[in-house]
Amino acid sequence: MTVRVQAEPFDAGAELDAFAQGRTDIGAVVSFTGVVRDTKGDLQEMLIEHYPGMTESAISKIATEAVQRWDLADVLVIHRYGPLAPGAPIMMVATASAHRAAAFEAADFLMDYLKSRAPFWKKEITGDGATWVAAKDADEDALKRW
Amino acid sequence: MNVIYFAWVRERIGLPQETVQTDAATVNDLIAELCAREDRYAAAFADTSALRVALDQELSSFDAPLAGVREVAFFPPMTGG
Repeated sequence: MTVRVQAEPFDAGAELDAFAQGRTDIGAVVSFTGVVRDTKGDLQEMLIEHYPGMTESAISKIATEAVQRWDLADVLVIHRYGPLAPGAPIMMVATASAHRAAAFEAADFLMDYLKSRAPFWKKEITGDGATWVAAKDADEDALKRW
Repeated sequence: MNVIYFAWVRERIGLPQETVQTDAATVNDLIAELCAREDRYAAAFADTSALRVALDQELSSFDAPLAGVREVAFFPPMTGG
């Protein structure tokens, strides 16, 4: 299990290659990459604030729960903070398992929990000013699935 | 205790963290003390349903006791992922 919280960019493809490399005990690798989306065409920058210390422990707790609930060979979570350009990768999760159902479900679970339980806050900077992104009720509701 | 603010809570209060001397028994008591100090706290804590609290970096509730707690953090609902 690897959890990284970093300001630096990452290469999702290279991370995924390294994640599964050399393993012969897994039959499935699932990954998700979150990207800065410019919904209205005026986004200059996405600024991500986090709670150093709690961020790492909250993500580790979520990843540990995934490992306990599904038969996973490994889990990777990378999440960035600081200023990000439109189109830049924000975060990724990868799960490895013997079978695909566990890998898919665990990745979905990780994403739902990272959205609402990892202490990150997004701020969108546009030509008109800066706005904090509000949490969606749907994101909180998504946790009830698990 | 150390009190930390994030996102728009930090912006409304105007500082990222501060040391608070308090005998507040619960998070709600601490909020009441802070709100009585200055308007900017009252503005930040006007609607606690729009806020979350962490005690020693664990998500908690507003009626939680503060005994033994060293770090309290207030922030809006998280938007990770």
